[in-house]
Order: sequence, then C-alpha cells, then structure tokens
Amino acid sequence: MFNKDRWREIIEVLTTNVWRTIFTAFGVCWGIFILIVLLAAGKGLENGIKQDFGNIATNTMFMWTRATTKGYEGLPKGRRFEFKIGDVEALRDNVPNLRFISPRNQLGGFGGNNNVVRGIRTGAYNVYGDYPEIINQDPMAVTSGRFLNYNDIREKRKVAIIGQGVKNDLYDKDEEALGTYIKIQGVNFMVIGTYKKNNSGGGEEGQKEIFVPFTSFSQAFNRGEDVGWMAITANDGSSISQLKDKIVDVMKQRHKVHPEDTRAVGYFDLYEQYNRVESLFGALKAVAYIVGIMVLLSGIIGVSNIMLIVVKERTKEIGIRRALGEQPWSIKKQILMESIFLTLISGMVGIILGSLVIFGINSLLDSIGPVDMFMSPSVSVGVVTGALTILMVSGLLAGFIPAQSAIRVRPIEALRTE
Amino acid sequence: MIEIKDLHKSYKMGSNSLHVLKGINFKVEEGELVAIMGSSGSGKSTLLNILGMLDSADSGEYNLDGVPIKNLSETKAAQYRNKFLGFIFQSFNLINYKSAAENVALPLYYQKVPRKERQEKAMKYLERVGLKPWADHLPSELSGGQKQRVAIARAMAAEPKVLLADEPTGALDSKTSYEVMDLIQKINDEGNTILVVTHEEDIAHMCKRIVHLKDGVIVEDKKVEQVRAEQYV
Repeated sequence: MFNKDRWREIIEVLTTNVWRTIFTAFGVCWGIFILIVLLAAGKGLENGIKQDFGNIATNTMFMWTRATTKGYEGLPKGRRFEFKIGDVEALRDNVPNLRFISPRNQLGGFGGNNNVVRGIRTGAYNVYGDYPEIINQDPMAVTSGRFLNYNDIREKRKVAIIGQGVKNDLYDKDEEALGTYIKIQGVNFMVIGTYKKNNSGGGEEGQKEIFVPFTSFSQAFNRGEDVGWMAITANDGSSISQLKDKIVDVMKQRHKVHPEDTRAVGYFDLYEQYNRVESLFGALKAVAYIVGIMVLLSGIIGVSNIMLIVVKERTKEIGIRRALGEQPWSIKKQILMESIFLTLISGMVGIILGSLVIFGINSLLDSIGPVDMFMSPSVSVGVVTGALTILMVSGLLAGFIPAQSAIRVRPIEALRTE
Repeated sequence: MIEIKDLHKSYKMGSNSLHVLKGINFKVEEGELVAIMGSSGSGKSTLLNILGMLDSADSGEYNLDGVPIKNLSETKAAQYRNKFLGFIFQSFNLINYKSAAENVALPLYYQKVPRKERQEKAMKYLERVGLKPWADHLPSELSGGQKQRVAIARAMAAEPKVLLADEPTGALDSKTSYEVMDLIQKINDEGNTILVVTHEEDIAHMCKRIVHLKDGVIVEDKKVEQVRAEQYV
C-alpha cells in the first residue's frame, strides 16, 4: 500500500501546481493553527486562575459564626455565639467522610496593628492557633526546623512557626531564627521552624503568617474553649459540597440555633468555587474546539475542492490507467491518499507554527515575569494527537467525494476527453 | 481467439436511440493481423471499445480466448483488460509526467510485478521498439512516432493475448506511419494477434485481413496480400 511508486505519484501530483497546493494547504494549516493557539490560550488562562487556588486542598469549606437572625428555645435573635472545641468531636461523630477538621483561632488580620515584637523590630502579622493537620489543608514548605506536632498541642508549648516574610522583617539577613523568641501580644514564643508558601495567589501576605499550637494560643490569649473558625476537608471520594448541609445542621443543633436560620453559621465552599472555575474552563475549551474545527472545516472544503479539480484534470489519465487495467479501488485509494497526505502535512505545519507561537509567548512571559491570570499556555500531547486524528479523518472526508467521482467516470468517456 | 456473435449496441441520445452495431458476427484466429475499416459513424470504434471491454454490448456473445465476456464488474473488467489486452491509441495516451520506461512498466505495476522485474521488462520492450536510449525521457521530449512506439511497447509489456490499435497512425505523417506499421507487422510476425482500426486504405492493406464495416454491419471480410511496410521506410 505504501510503496514507493504510490508516494512518487502523490508527490508528483501535488508538486505539478505548487502554488495551488500551498494555498490549499494554507486553509488547513490555518485552521489547525487557530485550534492549537486557542486551546493553549485557554490552558494558559486556566493555569493562571488555578494558580490562585494554589495547593490548597480544594475539597474544603471554611465555617464561622455570625449573629443569629431568629429566636429559638427562648434565646433572643441577634445573639452571638462561638464554636467550641467540643464541636470538632461532635462533627467527627456525626458526619462521615471528613478527612480533616481544623479548628482555628486568629490574631491580627488585614491592616491590623503591630502585634509582634522582637528586640527593636515590630510587625503586624496574622497569628494562627492551629492543629498540626492544617499543613495538609493549607500546604506550605517547612524550610527549617519543624512544623507543629501533637506534643506541642498537649503540653501547650509556646512555640511558633514563622513565614519567610516574617523572618525577613524581624531578623537580619543571615541570622538564625530557630531557638530565638518573638513576643506575640506580650507573650514570648520560641521559633521552632520557618516555612515558605509557593502559593503566589496569597502573595506577600501568605509569607507573613505565624502558626502556634491551638491550645497554647487559647491559653495565652484567653480564648478558653472558643474556636474562631474551622477548615473542614472531606475525603477524596466525597464532595464537601454535599456534606456541608449536614455539618451546618450539627452546628446549629449544638448551639441552639433555629434550624431555619440561614445566617447564623457562615461558610465558604471552596470546592463549589473550584468547580465553577473548572466548568468555566470546560466551556472555554469547548468554544476553542468549535471555533478551531469550524475554521478547519473551511480549509478541508478547500482541499476537497482542489481534489475535485485534480480529478477533473486527470480524467484522461485515469481513463488510460483503467484501460491498462488499474482497479477502481486502486484509483480511489490514490485520490484518498493524496487528500490525506495534503491535509496531514499542512496540518502538521499548522501544529508546528502553533507550537512556535506558544513557545514564543512562554519565553516572553518568562522574560517579563508573571502576568495576572495567565500562565504557561500549553497544549498536551493528547491534544496534538487529537488534532492529528481530526486531520486524518478530515483528509479522508475531503478526498471521499473526489475519489468517488474519479471512479464514476467510465474509462471510455475518460479517454474521449481531450 | 476472438469470437463474437450477433453483437448489438445502441446509444441513447436524448429521446432518440442510435443503433450503432446491428448484429456483428466475426472471428479472429490466433496470429491474425486484422484491419477494421469503415467511414466515421460506421461503428468501428464502438466495436473496438466493446472488444476492449471499455464498453459493453447490449446483446450478443463475446468470447475472448474461450472466456465469456459478459456482465463484468469494473474490477473484473480491469483485471481482464490488464491480462488479455493491450491498447494502442490514436493520441498515444501516454501519462505525461512519467518517463517512457515508467509508462511501459505501468501495466506490470497493476499486475503487481516486483519493481525490479518491472524495470527490466520495460527496458526489454523499449529495446524492441528501438527506444532504449530514450527510456528516461518524458513523453513531451519525444516525437509523435516515438510516442506511438512507447505506447506499443506499453501495450506489449503485459504480454497480452490481443493488441487493439485504434487508428494507430491517425496522428502521424506517412513516413512515421509506415515505421509504426512496420513495427506492428514485426510484432505480428512473432505470432501476436492484432486488431487495427483504420480508415486509411494503405494502412489496411498492410494487414492480412480487412473487415469492412458500414452502418453497423460487416459488408466485406476478405483476406489480402500483405504489403510490407518495410519497403517504404
């Protein structure tokens, strides 16, 4: 099938009218180029947005308390309440499939006053009282020392893990932080570790946090049993979006909140947001495919057109060949192969050009630094294989009608054409 | 070798039907060199096309070397054409982007003869028509007589049972016509069966038998004393 003579013939036919072949090829080339670039741009946007989610476990919700809006069991509306440390156990007992439940307390906040002192230096940072599991929900790289552990929790040790940003503020460049003390709202904590978050979405803010054991935090800052808010992650198999109603119900029950009070327990479902973004990109990808394939389609119609003309021009030759005894299917195969060959070659040129453009954009992005919401546009091998398959099929389709018309002409009529 | 009985063929021209062949009976033995003569419209080309399986008869029988030729599918017809018949056309019908040798090798390619053998055979037949030095030339680089000789080599390459020539000298001047006829005679001398359609008396007389066609019937079928083309070359 793929013998030398057939290939020679394909090349001969396609090179007899070089410009016509090039213009035809351009249609397909352009279509696949658009497809590749659109998909890559979509991917770049997706990468950029997903970067903002960082490595945060996305199957997570955050939950906090607000004032009640309905009276219940003799309690007035507008009542403030706090989650208690006992709520964690209650959630574990009542809601299945929860992987991590991290109660958290927090000092400071956006634009807060200076709350941390070391020697003559001061700074305003977010200070969190946390359980060791938090590192799974809000991933960070421990760059020196260690993270919190359960001994810290049990013994209420006054230890702290500080962010790279905190260290840069409070320490000299080459100073060793481990083993030194920082004063958080007047209470001394020993630094036992430093971390770095590679979550660029958090930006500077993410590096300026201090983590201390939950129990020590409660004791030092007089929180008692109170829990500021919770970060809850579901097991991989189940979605937090489905579990959240149950979780909120358990909380309402425990804190005597009216079951229909939708305001009292506030939450943010990260998974839902993430899914929304996911489906947005799904739609974007679909649009890219549709536009790309539509453009490709006009290129393919061009190929089909040219193949029809080629068949017309070669009517006599086809007649001669059939008089000499060439089988009809052999002629059909010849036309189909010419069509597929032309489509594939021009498509590959399109893919290469598209890749070059993507490569160019990437190196441009690298040189000017990160851009908001856009990062490393790319197409996967899967997409390229898919594109090649589309090309293969479309080449076949483009050649089909011309091939059919080539063998429909009876040899005697073909020979008569001058 | 060829045997046809009561062959009829008519063409539909709009609402009219044109009866071209009105019952042809005729036999060709192996080794014959037959000229089919007739004015234009006499049906001689139609007869040749039917003999060449390029066209099918409406009714009648056609046996080629004992094989009945009837209701052939295109695939089968192509196979038979390749195996049994060699065509020589008035306008040569060489494929113009292929060299002389490639043109000659073409029928062998359809027989799936291996490449090397194909080339050897093509060269052998080109040598026989005296065009070996022109093997790599394209048809556009050859003269009319040379083109027809390449076409003859091509027709012979597949070693067919019958050569069918449709006005082989129609596009040539008389000198080259005689050269081509000389070649055809020599091929016939080797025992090949050849049918030549022509309307030129002198060409017809270079054959061994003349069949006259008029208005779709054979009006005359006679053996003639062959005039050798050699003496005019």
